[in-house]
Amino acid sequence: MLTIRKSGMQTTVQDLGRTGFQQYGVVASGAMDPYALRMANLLVGNEENAAALEITLMGPSIHFVEDHVISICGGNLTPQLDSKVVGCWRAIPVAKGQALTFGKPRTGSRCYVAVAGGIDVPAVMGSRSTYTRAELGGYQGRALESGDQLAIGEASAVQKSAAQNGSWFVPSPSYSSNPVIRITKGRQFELFSEQSRKHFLSETFSVNSQSDRMGYRLDGPRLALAEAQEMTSEAVVFGSIQVPVDGNPIILMADRQTAGGYPKIAEVVTVDLPLISQLKPGDRLRFKEVSVEEAQHLLKLQEKKINRLKRAIKYKREET
Amino acid sequence: MDYSFSPLGDQAIVIEVGTAINEHTQKEILAISSFLEANSPQWMTEYIPAFTTISVVYNPLLINFEDVKKELAALLEGASQITPSPPRTVEIPVCYGGDHGPDLEFVAQHNGLSTEEVIAIHTGTSYTVHMIGFAPGFPYLGGMSEKIAAPRRQSPRVSIPERSVGIAGNQTGVYPISTPGGWQLIGRTPTRLFLPKKEIPSLLRAGDTIVFRRITAEEYQTLEEKENADHT
Repeated sequence: MLTIRKSGMQTTVQDLGRTGFQQYGVVASGAMDPYALRMANLLVGNEENAAALEITLMGPSIHFVEDHVISICGGNLTPQLDSKVVGCWRAIPVAKGQALTFGKPRTGSRCYVAVAGGIDVPAVMGSRSTYTRAELGGYQGRALESGDQLAIGEASAVQKSAAQNGSWFVPSPSYSSNPVIRITKGRQFELFSEQSRKHFLSETFSVNSQSDRMGYRLDGPRLALAEAQEMTSEAVVFGSIQVPVDGNPIILMADRQTAGGYPKIAEVVTVDLPLISQLKPGDRLRFKEVSVEEAQHLLKLQEKKINRLKRAIKYKREET
Repeated sequence: MDYSFSPLGDQAIVIEVGTAINEHTQKEILAISSFLEANSPQWMTEYIPAFTTISVVYNPLLINFEDVKKELAALLEGASQITPSPPRTVEIPVCYGGDHGPDLEFVAQHNGLSTEEVIAIHTGTSYTVHMIGFAPGFPYLGGMSEKIAAPRRQSPRVSIPERSVGIAGNQTGVYPISTPGGWQLIGRTPTRLFLPKKEIPSLLRAGDTIVFRRITAEEYQTLEEKENADHT
């Protein structure tokens, strides 16, 4: 069990999202940085899809009511255990009565706190992810508030004992505050004016402060269709880049709608989605085109890397 | 049948069933949906039917884009044999204008009509549910008269009250939950469209026929209270 003492900016329960209900318009949700969530779970011996806490920029204060093994992956929001800075991307034993707090965000904007056993909230439509707009899933369908108490699932003896090797960690992805983001061309890419297509692939965009789990709004050169037209709504995905009539692109994120009526200039490749999720308002980014084939190749390479880390983690855990 | 396929990022593919919104395209989309439901390939995560397209989300670790395209083309040969079940008719009560429909006036002015005429046109026809999407239980409807068409707002509203009824282009729809959106709002219904506790969490389904019935603010109040009692 853990108790939230201070809520932080936005702390929600997330897993890898709600699949299978998009045909009824049910938003997928899930971790904004699925890579960090998966790693956080693996480090404490959970299933990759177990529910963890997603923490945004200004972290909460979490009080542990019992002994637990935790891990913190994603952006470095300066996590501290009883006011002493602790490392990310590793398993950390915490004792009953200890408090986890966060300081200044150093890199990135989101991190995941996984607890061995997983956050125990009811699954709604097959997922424990919170979708606050429909008050769905997670902890009472909302972001955590001061005083909330979260139950933790049963951890195995191996999970409980595996945290002694505290010096060992997995590498962090190279998060950046001015990344080059790889994209594949969207279905309406060719409908944009020649200048807009050129600007999109060469100019720098910055993250607008009106960005959240639903979408990242970008400022930069205005993008426009060669000829104005109303689109027929169709499905969108995590990473679809829509351009509304005002010309400012929006990257659709974890809490995106299932379909949209604005033209899509591109889709962010899956392996680069964590880089977007870790951007803060004011951060800058550029786009680079790759083929779908290459995007899928990158994803396979990443899975290979994750599988290697999985084996290494398992080996390290059994060593202790 | 000949469909065109295009990628939607590295984990989804769009099957373009038709180029225009019409009954024929819709029937084919319903048939393909039923077929995919009954014959889901192992690599398929889910499918999302829309007006003229069906998007299939797949696992790129199991299959690449080119092979998805080939396999779908072969699978869809079988879909044309399927007859979708007959449509249901659902009535949606709506309180038009005032606080419930702040853009009714704009839609009227844009089309050179009175607000009464807009309401008469909106309630005077039946609509087909083409797809559920954008938000949980949100129906995209076909069949609206072009006489009350209105462009989307230049920039989407940050928050729209749940159950608002809106118009965007030649489309009309109802927002089941509070969400940002660019539609022109003409009214509000007390009926809940998103039912998260039900096995099928949407009141409406693709293929349904719906009609709007005008109600007064008092009727709205009574029906809303009844819905609250039924669902809590």
